[in-house]
Amino acid sequence: MRNQIATQLLFEMSKAGRGTIVFPESDVPDVTSLPTISAAHLATEMLPLPEIAEPDVVRHFVNLSTLNMSVDSHFYPLGSCTMKYNPKRHERLARLPQAATSHPYQPENQVQGLLSILFEMQTMLAEISGLPGVSLHPAAGAQGEFTALLTAAAYFKDRGENRTRVLFPASAHGTNPASAALAGFECVQLAASKNGFVDLEQLKSQLDDRTAVFMVTNPNTLGLFEREIAKVADMLHSVGGLVYIDGANMNAILGKTRPGDFGGDMMHYNVHKTFTGPHGAGGPGAGPIAVRDFLAPFLPAPIVHYDAGKDWYSLSTPAKSIGQVRTFFGNVGILLRGYFYIRTLGGKGLREASENAVLNANYLLSQVKDFLDVPHGDRCMHEFVASARRIKEQTGVTTMDIAKRLLDYGFHAPTVYFPLVVEEAMMFEPTETESLQTLDAFATALRTICSEPPDLVKAAPHTTAVCRPDEVNAARKPVLCWSATEC
Amino acid sequence: MKPDNLRFAKTHEWVAVDGDIATIGVSEFAVKLLTDIVYLSLPAVGKRFSPGESMGEIESVKAVSEIYAPVQGEVIAINEQLPDSLTLLNDSPYDKAWILKLRMTDSSQVDGLLRYAEYQKHCESATH
Amino acid sequence: MAYLFDTPEQRQQMLDAIGIQHVDDLFTQIPTELQLKRELNLPPAVSELELQQEMERRLGQGGTSQKTCFLGGGVYDHFIPAVVDEITSRGEFYTAYTPYQAEASQGTLQAFYEYQTLISQLTGMDVSNASLYEGGTAVSEAVFMAMRINGRHQKVAFAGTLHPEYKRVLETYFARLGTQLVELPHSNGIIDPEICRATLDAETTALVIQQPNFFGCLEDVAALTTIAHEAGALSILAFDAVSPGLLKKPADYDVDIAVAEGQPLGTPLQYGGPLLGIFTCRNEYVRKMPGRLIGKTTDRKGKDCFALNLQAREQHIRRDKATSNICTNQGLLALRTTVFLATIGPRGLKQMATLSHQKARYAADLLTKIPGVRLKFPQPFFREFLLQTPKPATEVIAALGDKGINVGPDLVRFKMTNVDGWQNCFLVALTEKRTRAEIETLAEALKEVVTC
Repeated sequence: MRNQIATQLLFEMSKAGRGTIVFPESDVPDVTSLPTISAAHLATEMLPLPEIAEPDVVRHFVNLSTLNMSVDSHFYPLGSCTMKYNPKRHERLARLPQAATSHPYQPENQVQGLLSILFEMQTMLAEISGLPGVSLHPAAGAQGEFTALLTAAAYFKDRGENRTRVLFPASAHGTNPASAALAGFECVQLAASKNGFVDLEQLKSQLDDRTAVFMVTNPNTLGLFEREIAKVADMLHSVGGLVYIDGANMNAILGKTRPGDFGGDMMHYNVHKTFTGPHGAGGPGAGPIAVRDFLAPFLPAPIVHYDAGKDWYSLSTPAKSIGQVRTFFGNVGILLRGYFYIRTLGGKGLREASENAVLNANYLLSQVKDFLDVPHGDRCMHEFVASARRIKEQTGVTTMDIAKRLLDYGFHAPTVYFPLVVEEAMMFEPTETESLQTLDAFATALRTICSEPPDLVKAAPHTTAVCRPDEVNAARKPVLCWSATEC
Repeated sequence: MKPDNLRFAKTHEWVAVDGDIATIGVSEFAVKLLTDIVYLSLPAVGKRFSPGESMGEIESVKAVSEIYAPVQGEVIAINEQLPDSLTLLNDSPYDKAWILKLRMTDSSQVDGLLRYAEYQKHCESATH
Repeated sequence: MAYLFDTPEQRQQMLDAIGIQHVDDLFTQIPTELQLKRELNLPPAVSELELQQEMERRLGQGGTSQKTCFLGGGVYDHFIPAVVDEITSRGEFYTAYTPYQAEASQGTLQAFYEYQTLISQLTGMDVSNASLYEGGTAVSEAVFMAMRINGRHQKVAFAGTLHPEYKRVLETYFARLGTQLVELPHSNGIIDPEICRATLDAETTALVIQQPNFFGCLEDVAALTTIAHEAGALSILAFDAVSPGLLKKPADYDVDIAVAEGQPLGTPLQYGGPLLGIFTCRNEYVRKMPGRLIGKTTDRKGKDCFALNLQAREQHIRRDKATSNICTNQGLLALRTTVFLATIGPRGLKQMATLSHQKARYAADLLTKIPGVRLKFPQPFFREFLLQTPKPATEVIAALGDKGINVGPDLVRFKMTNVDGWQNCFLVALTEKRTRAEIETLAEALKEVVTC
């Protein structure tokens, strides 16, 4: 049933002379009184872009869309991604004129509605995190991490302290050390402890007056709440360092506890995880940060400021701002979707979301623990990590094989081979927007797969359009672009 | 070349010594860990390195590893065929897949490197 | 209203399976003293209807639907054909995840491969990645990449005609890293190649230039690139994404890395984000590129397919030695641009560029006929130009705004003191959307404002 012609590459479908008229003829006369562009700057030939009639464009992309799994079509238990439902009401609201068509340089008096909403978003994110200084500026979580580290660096410099080291556990998401390196810090990784938690002895041994920040995810990337987090914070603060909370796992603790209350000094949110920003097949996201008030003067610009006396919203620059990490205000389109979500749920709704996310994860754990190793016990927060190590030893079937076989059963695979501290790791995060039926069907599929003939599983997936792309050859001889000489 | 006659760095480079020339490659153990190698970047002839400095990179689909200088020296030759025949690393890691040759500043630095048996023990303890 | 599913019976079933009495038992993992003992202090939940009504009240007016937009400075009010919104609002695209599992993501992967190819065709450059956040970070990432390529970390030269926000982003990124950022002063709105030659040296990593530049003027990119190469530095070009429809492409100037703000190609303004960072370079540098790359390969059965490629460079593998910290990029916006370019094709892009240019000339002609109003720099421009008026720019902009017309940005907001009379200057940008009538209305309105 697959439409072979429509799923060719655009360039293979191209035929000279095809296309669609989208623009009218020019309605302005030629002007002779101004300097003209010299021939040295003018293009001499038409761009080699493909020429395709509009009905073919539509058919092409509609067919491509059918080759995807998505939250709208499948259960997507990707640990650390929070693949929850993307409410359609947000899409309609995001198209409202002031939201969709405002130019960033429009005068403030024309965007008071938008600025008031962004101001409220700042306030709400401060309340949810327990950290008062909020910046909506970073484009994604990784940029949020980077921005917060620069903010901390500016704070230390302002105090005349030369702090060069950023610490993080081995279970940290790769963006943590990458962001720290980008910010010019020395990265110090703490080895994993046996029980999955931050190793306090190791942490202590690495703390000194060079320590700037300890970056930790809480709940951590194993899905466990770091019980000693307050102690960790005390240890950092006692040497004058700061604690950064990677907020990727906020979906476990909304309304239950807050990074500012358990010792965090800075954090980032992933609006495209916790607050239903659509994943868009790899973005866009938004990574707002929240910091303690003594760090707020260093936040990037602009921040939305409200003058209650004049009932007026304006953009302001914090007193000792680090500057800008990207152009314009921030990923407003995504921030708005997060705002609509928080307004739809309210405080009670957010708490219920977390409670059900944690309930669903623990239920799923209870259904798989008899055939999959769950190295860190029977309880988790909103996600848990299982291991296929034993299965691999007995049958040769790996986590990757199981992940691929799940596709045949109509489920997207969980996160695989992360965190690095668990061998043959599989991280499951069902989220709260899934039913008991879905969880049961998923657990049943997993159970079945784990007792299927190994060869069947190793050769999976069998029912998808393609099976096991050759990544080795692709990396040896990258083909990143179609060219006319290809056939 | 047989690994028994070679010396090893803890970072998995092997060294064969001939006078003041050190021929360097990566061990079979390291290659196995990386699985399919997809890319190798070699330094230029004439470049000098101190012990522990990164000389180049070896890349698989899943990881990128640095190749560290086990001793101090100047690059006098690189194995120009290797980047186009990366499977040699799997087939002949101690022989045809030599990576480069250094003229050592101080050949006694080799004494600080591990012998094969010691290296094997080091690998075993690293995986547990 | 948290989009929840389960009935009390089903909830009980789950609690029983886990072996607990109450959901609160799952939260004992959080020490009591850290637990929040109150509800979050947020506005009470609203229904879909209420939210719709409230948002229509607060966001239902405004943007370009209310004021005629002549605003420029990196993002522009261009037309987006309906097909783009239709396709990209399909849930299979916008609710899909990053294509780590290739077999479940061939739609996304093929679309991104097409995107990479289209951008390569647009720019003439060998290879494009699958997007960065936006134009500003793309410039910074290009500089980091140049450092990885030639090993020089001391000094980076950039044109004083670069977008001031791009400059600010560079300053923020490099503030802690000990890199000296050297600004090339402009001469009458463009960079004099001799000043460039005198500034670049053996320590310079790269030269960053913009075409057209922030003032809308055209630079001698070919000469500047040659000078950069003679100094052993890389040439980084930030180009206007629409310009290849009329002007030379980045590759025609022999630049090493070409980046752009891709918003004009199918992304709505959205008050400045999310946008699209276009990033391209020479083939020989591909392993040093930041961001995702999609590659074509074959599967186990020999079938053509697509997958993420060269991931070993990215943060999830390389961690602190990664080419960038970027994880989530701008996937959906790259898709918008893919559909956009597929729909309008090469002739459409040429029209877009030509119309923008012709209308800019017409506007400049009418506006400079107003007494006291002049083109700040008497240089050829593409689609945007810097105007100087007798009155302060902030006043003019506010007055025009009240008449339903937006022009700008001005130079005051950036404190661009490197332009003589900067307090009286502002940009005027044109796109294919601006009609003759709108341009003439602008001219009449501006005449009123400056002569009263």
